[in-house]
Amino acid sequence: MRPIWKERPSPGYQAIKALVLGGFALVIVVPILVVISTSLASDRDIIDAGGYVLWPSHPTFKAYQTLFSGGLMGRAILVSVFVTVVGTAIALAVTIALAYATSRPVLFGRPVLLMVLFTLLFAPGIIPMFLVVKQLGLLDSLWSLILPGALGAFNFVVLRTFFMNVPGELLESARIDGASDFVILRRIVLPLSKAVVAVVGLFYAVGFWNAFFNALLYLNDTSKWPVQVILRTYVLQGKSLSADQLGVHPPPQPQSLQMAVVVVALVPIAMVYPFLQRHFTKGVITGAVKG
Amino acid sequence: MLKRSSTTTRKKTSLPFAVKWRRDWQMVLLMIPGVVFLLAFFYLPVLGNVVAFQDFQPYLGIMHSEWNGLQNFVSLYDNPDFWDALRNTLLLAAVQLLLFFPVPIGLALIVDSLISNKIRRWFQTIAYLPHFLSWVLVVTLFQQSLGGAGFINNLLRHAGLNPIPFMTNPDTFPLLVVAQLIWKDAGWAMIIFLAALTTVDVSLYEAAAADGAGRWRRLWHITLPSLRTVIVLLLILRIGDILSVGFEQFILQRDSVGPGAAEVLDTFTYYAGVVGGDWSSGAAAGLAKGVVGALLLWGANSLAHRLGEPGIFQRRGA
Repeated sequence: MRPIWKERPSPGYQAIKALVLGGFALVIVVPILVVISTSLASDRDIIDAGGYVLWPSHPTFKAYQTLFSGGLMGRAILVSVFVTVVGTAIALAVTIALAYATSRPVLFGRPVLLMVLFTLLFAPGIIPMFLVVKQLGLLDSLWSLILPGALGAFNFVVLRTFFMNVPGELLESARIDGASDFVILRRIVLPLSKAVVAVVGLFYAVGFWNAFFNALLYLNDTSKWPVQVILRTYVLQGKSLSADQLGVHPPPQPQSLQMAVVVVALVPIAMVYPFLQRHFTKGVITGAVKG
Repeated sequence: MLKRSSTTTRKKTSLPFAVKWRRDWQMVLLMIPGVVFLLAFFYLPVLGNVVAFQDFQPYLGIMHSEWNGLQNFVSLYDNPDFWDALRNTLLLAAVQLLLFFPVPIGLALIVDSLISNKIRRWFQTIAYLPHFLSWVLVVTLFQQSLGGAGFINNLLRHAGLNPIPFMTNPDTFPLLVVAQLIWKDAGWAMIIFLAALTTVDVSLYEAAAADGAGRWRRLWHITLPSLRTVIVLLLILRIGDILSVGFEQFILQRDSVGPGAAEVLDTFTYYAGVVGGDWSSGAAAGLAKGVVGALLLWGANSLAHRLGEPGIFQRRGA
């Protein structure tokens, strides 16, 4: 409903608005659609269209079959899924525990909080980080992709701010009934914070799934490469995913195969995104209102 | 604030340590994993920055490498590549600040003015999505669209025109970088302005409209002032982060554009240190960047306090 004091916009003004928003949305959607269509297109479609297909008239999953029948991509997906699932679980556990423990005025709470907030100010740098990871013996181990990212300061602030706003009376009454801090966290605080925990979990999961540079830095062993590094090597740098790497002859038009790699990197995010989208504002704003 | 002080038992009192410990040991236990992670993957690397003051040799390690004072910083000062990287970083940061920063504000104002909730939700769904895509994916999508063999250049060739080297031209690289940033993050950055806009008291608009203020005057006198705090906050964060112009974005495109345009401080650190084996120079460049970044953040925040804005780190307490 338009409030009565608001004037009706002129057609020209409305056209400009539609053009800006519509244009912005199209520029986002079209490349993604073209990539998905091309990954599903048959060789003939691709030749007819001269490289990229807007709508595959003979859709086929051949590119995906080729992709998944080979060792490289299958392994990469396993690696990425492992890093994402285990990483998110560890990161959530660590962050929730720390955020809850510093959300009340308790012993050591203040100095630990300052320890975390300092990380917002200063980054240790690539070289010392590399040396520490190497020193801890994590080079060429998947843990090098998980452990350094297990405590994000932004996610910590979001959770802590939310926990701080859980009414104190609730926790008091539980404590009088004899609940310990662990029980309070598990039975009262967490059930109240499901939406925020879900959003923070999404932030972590997306971070782990998308991480590229850590893998480039810490992993030399190609069999441990996650999806993002495969995407970079075989699509962006255009190295050929040759038939023997994939173990199938003959390979389909590399174009559709390449686009299938892009889609594999894209799909998990496109799948979880709609479910969590309505919680974004809450999560982001809680963090911004600071702790 | 009120809610917190109502947690009566844990007020700051000078209870003996043993009593506090008996009360809080479970909370302390919960802190331990997080503190261990912080020590191992933040504070230990921070200390590791001492290699910037050493002639670091990997086989000798930090303990046995020789100290050489500020020698690494002096040689950095004499290294033209470092100055190129610094210049590129500052140029790209300035371009980003000027061209990227206003975009989400403008988008948020347009979205906020929409009457239809349906259109608004649709646009938000689409606009937030790219934020969750990796840089590898974003650069790949740009390459597939704008690259030499990409979608747009295919169309141009079909139309009998010459292809345009969007992705490989070092002169237009800053614009490409900003375009990618807008594509990926402008929609997402909008979220916080939209939230701030919903908190504006509607009766202000109503009163202004009744007094004869048109659309633009309401925008100027009500909407923008109420966004001021958020804008300042985000500007500070941007300035503190300004030297990290976007690491992955550059490392991914350094090969195709060339280091002349795409070398920034972070990629310089990586290539000099990890790839080139000159660990100490890399660490020196990284440390210089970290310190300057922290100073910028602190400076911008103090300036915001001066101007009466809350900023990010409040003076005391929170």
